Amino acid sequence: MAEYQNIFTQVQVQGKPEWGMATENAEQERTRKAGFSTLIGWIGNAQLGPVWLGWTGMVSIAAGILALNIIGLNMLAQVGWSIPEFIRQLFWLALEPPSPEYGLRMPPLNEGGWYIIASFFLLISVMSWWARTYLLAMEHKMGKHVFWAFGSAIWLFLVLGLFRPILMGSWSEAVPYGIFPHLDWTTAFSIRYGNLYYNPFHALSIVFLYGSVLLFAMHGATILAVTRYGGDRELEQIIDRGTATERAALFWRWTMGFNATMEGIHRWAWWFAVLTPITGGIGILLTGTVVDNWFIWAQEHHFAPMYDGSYGYEAYGSYETFIGQEN
Amino acid sequence: MFPKWFDKWNRENPTNIYGPAILVGAAGVAVTVAAFLVVVGQPFKTESLQSGPRGTGMSRAEFVSDLAKPDPTIEVMYSEAPYVPEGGEAKASEIYQNVQVLGDLTEDNFNRLMLAMTDWVAPDQGCAYCHGDVDVEEYGNDDLYTKVVARRMLQMTQNINENWDGHVNANKQVGVTCYTCHRGQNVPSDIWFRMGAVNEAAGGWAAVQNRVTVQSQYTSLPSDALETFLLDYGRIGVHNLEAHVAEYPDEEGVTTWQDTERTFSLMNYVANSLGVNCVFCHNTRAFYDPEQVTPQWSTEQLGIGMVQEMNNDYLVPLEEVYPPERLGPVFADAPKAACKTCHKGYQQPLQGTNVIADWPELATTGAPVYE
Repeated sequence: MAEYQNIFTQVQVQGKPEWGMATENAEQERTRKAGFSTLIGWIGNAQLGPVWLGWTGMVSIAAGILALNIIGLNMLAQVGWSIPEFIRQLFWLALEPPSPEYGLRMPPLNEGGWYIIASFFLLISVMSWWARTYLLAMEHKMGKHVFWAFGSAIWLFLVLGLFRPILMGSWSEAVPYGIFPHLDWTTAFSIRYGNLYYNPFHALSIVFLYGSVLLFAMHGATILAVTRYGGDRELEQIIDRGTATERAALFWRWTMGFNATMEGIHRWAWWFAVLTPITGGIGILLTGTVVDNWFIWAQEHHFAPMYDGSYGYEAYGSYETFIGQEN
Repeated sequence: MFPKWFDKWNRENPTNIYGPAILVGAAGVAVTVAAFLVVVGQPFKTESLQSGPRGTGMSRAEFVSDLAKPDPTIEVMYSEAPYVPEGGEAKASEIYQNVQVLGDLTEDNFNRLMLAMTDWVAPDQGCAYCHGDVDVEEYGNDDLYTKVVARRMLQMTQNINENWDGHVNANKQVGVTCYTCHRGQNVPSDIWFRMGAVNEAAGGWAAVQNRVTVQSQYTSLPSDALETFLLDYGRIGVHNLEAHVAEYPDEEGVTTWQDTERTFSLMNYVANSLGVNCVFCHNTRAFYDPEQVTPQWSTEQLGIGMVQEMNNDYLVPLEEVYPPERLGPVFADAPKAACKTCHKGYQQPLQGTNVIADWPELATTGAPVYE
């Protein structure tokens, strides 16, 4: 007999679409179609739709499409409207923020003006989507945890593109919109301010980022491991602890002396995830505003170790030996 | 698609081939790879050259197979020992017309150097490349641009050997000759031209970057780094040397992350030109700190000064001499040099071969000293 499995689901539930709650304006706000896809059923629920877009979703998607198009058309204009060049150089191309001399003024369109406009629409899009997470949670009479979690990511987004540029007095400090160029920004930003690795908030952010990954793997593995005892029904296990929870708890207590609870593990994961951009955002906000050289700052606070040893390859070997001219 | 008997047989003999096939396949590959490694050894052996204290990651790693291949241009380099003058020989300036730079040489040494220059720069065209297809009596004419350029390049070579000894002879005597850059080509490889805006429909900061160019070394970093630093004496350093500094990016002279990208572009170019990485000169945890750089950093500082002088005093002024096909594609500017023009991807040009030993004529701006 087929057994229900909860990841990479082998047995798919397909039938009459489940429409969810009927509310006052559900008919107007959500799409009218729902279907099933065997393909998406392999990785989750096989039902596709309906989508409850609502006015916030509409605004968000419209503004987002506008922002993306401004970015894309700028890139296309940069390569002289050549589609092959656009595809070939796509990862190199970018919509760049203005030069520093424009400060917080509106620069000419081709020198960052389009960047400001695209950023404005992106801001509307993201904030509108943020509102949507609140309204949808309200609609379902849920807690607002998703809203606040998304808010933490938005905090970092706003620090990078809004708060820090304003504090620095120049839109030029914002991050370019481009695949490689935004990575160039990241490297240059770290180097300019004396190595971001010596920024304690950057360090904290990394801790929470890697910690999130670890917690996610531990929790996912634990639940999968006790699915056979009903552990995948986490909400039921939270309010009515069963043998799945007992075994999972015992496993970790015997492993490391401590175990989270069936409910608490989700708070662990939520806080680790949320603290990643919160601490990261603080670190970015302090850079260039409060601290201009993190390595020197670290030296002043005695946590940049000095290394013993000579600088220069001559102390360790010769070039001639290295290239095989001498032995 | 398949014959009926095949489908029928399959229907009647259902077998799960995927489970065991993947298992057996994976185990088989693992055993084969392990056996290969044990018998043949690591096929991609590397060798590394440490350049800083342990724990800093300062090391340059290369494949042994790459290190085993010497620069192929070393073997075909032409060189000839000088004829030490015994005194009393006639000088080139007395024998030939219009010898402005090498007039102090004896006839033998003058002709020896002319022959070598032909081999280094114009092996296919020979003497005619500079002197034209004329009789030897008319070799003194300055009719061809190539001859005018060659004269200036001789002066540049002498200047480098004499005044930039700290860069070119930093490790040992190697010097430079025409061959260091030309390697048998009329125009040296890895020269560069000004690019200006590389993006259309964009101005300022947005215009000079984010394109695959040789100047950006195929990165999305700015394409105007060589121009800014090696032609226009731009400021390379971007750091504040105090933890807290009250300044704003829109103020004059304050460096930004955008300036940092340009510096990064130059540094990346230098690293690629020498076939090394950042940690060849820097402890990358504090790029700016003079206490955490290698001696090569100082050599590089001199190299930057040398290239600036070469470009501004020797190469750019030749702009009016060149025919259009030798000028840059965008601004019709003179070809310029930078690290890679000499180094060609090697830590030391021609892998540290002493090219100047046979050529005291090129080692000094004054009269050559023969030993």
